[in-house]
Amino acid sequence: MFSGLREKVGQVLVPGDEFCLEIPETLSLSEPMKPEKVLLGPGLKRKGDRKLLVVKSGVLRHKQPHVFWVENQQRRYVPARGETVIGIITVKSGDVFKVDVGGSEQASLSYLAFEGATKRNRPNVQVGDLVFAQFSVANQHMEPELVCVDSAGRANGMGVFGAGGLLFSVSLGLIRRLLRPRSDVLSDLQKLLPCELVVGMNGRLWARASSVQQTLVVSNLLQSCDTMSPPQRQQLFRRAAQGAL
Amino acid sequence: MSDSKLSKNLLRMKFMQRGLDAETKKQLEEDERRIISDEHWYLDLPELRARENLILEERSLVSCEDLKYGRFSFQGFNPEVEKLMVMMNPKEEEEDKQEEEVSCMQLDVTDEEMALRYESLVGSMRKKFSRKRDQTSEDVDIKRVFLKPQD
Repeated sequence: MFSGLREKVGQVLVPGDEFCLEIPETLSLSEPMKPEKVLLGPGLKRKGDRKLLVVKSGVLRHKQPHVFWVENQQRRYVPARGETVIGIITVKSGDVFKVDVGGSEQASLSYLAFEGATKRNRPNVQVGDLVFAQFSVANQHMEPELVCVDSAGRANGMGVFGAGGLLFSVSLGLIRRLLRPRSDVLSDLQKLLPCELVVGMNGRLWARASSVQQTLVVSNLLQSCDTMSPPQRQQLFRRAAQGAL
Repeated sequence: MSDSKLSKNLLRMKFMQRGLDAETKKQLEEDERRIISDEHWYLDLPELRARENLILEERSLVSCEDLKYGRFSFQGFNPEVEKLMVMMNPKEEEEDKQEEEVSCMQLDVTDEEMALRYESLVGSMRKKFSRKRDQTSEDVDIKRVFLKPQD
């Protein structure tokens, strides 16, 4: 059914490419019919009933059982529901905060969407604060909305943070590399020095170590990781471990 | 009773239902059903048959690539965040646990050290659990007798 799509896994696709899914028209009575569903990730769009349209240029990826997406390199962040990002509070107006998340539009964050917040008990959030938050609404037609609690009402590491650390931006590709299971960059960093990282899907990174100097080392290392091959990176980390930086 | 006929409306009432025999009950039910089906009307439209949607869309990469939660702390820098890391990344939990166990084995006191240490402690520990009387009897081995002072 997805043979056309499966052949292209690992190859480069460009916007405008189309795929047609062969959905059997008649039900066979002999075999038990199980509908096979395909899940499209970013970069692929449904077109009509059984056609797929590629909308991003990149490499087609596949995960079992039927998940397909296009992996690409981009610097502009597009909010997606459920993603956790680092935002900067820009406006404080009554019930909602406006948060800059690096998308096309500022996201709104309700003051009730913090752990333990009630109408009486407002969270202490100032303009310029950093928040680690999750998108509850994100689509092309509506203003994105953030929350700092999960479905059970707990913060789980979300909320205002950022005392004594440094915020910087990297490419979305590096963010993905950091967040991937068994990330090689993180395992290198892990050995180097005790530090704390907050990774937002919107390309923002926040780091903190025991001193300002070490924080700067971590941030410089991560920023330079963006354009390095694994051997280069390992060499750099080795030099950093020896105290050359 | 048999010659006098009760009206249908009366028979249909709740309190009359008990005394009715099976046949009249069935007939009443049938009548009722016919009335309902006569009153029931429907739109004369072709049947709407929605085909099951086989293509689902997901706009986030998180589920596609199994990305982890975005808070990290290394080498015990922020213990709260380290707890969160274990909690929010359930798939790696097993690996983490194994790693933890290994590190515990390296850090903790070995069995031999433990035995050596407790060897010296056995006596004092026993003292702790024995009664006071036993303790004194243990200590006083020599019988104290009155010694007559010598002139």
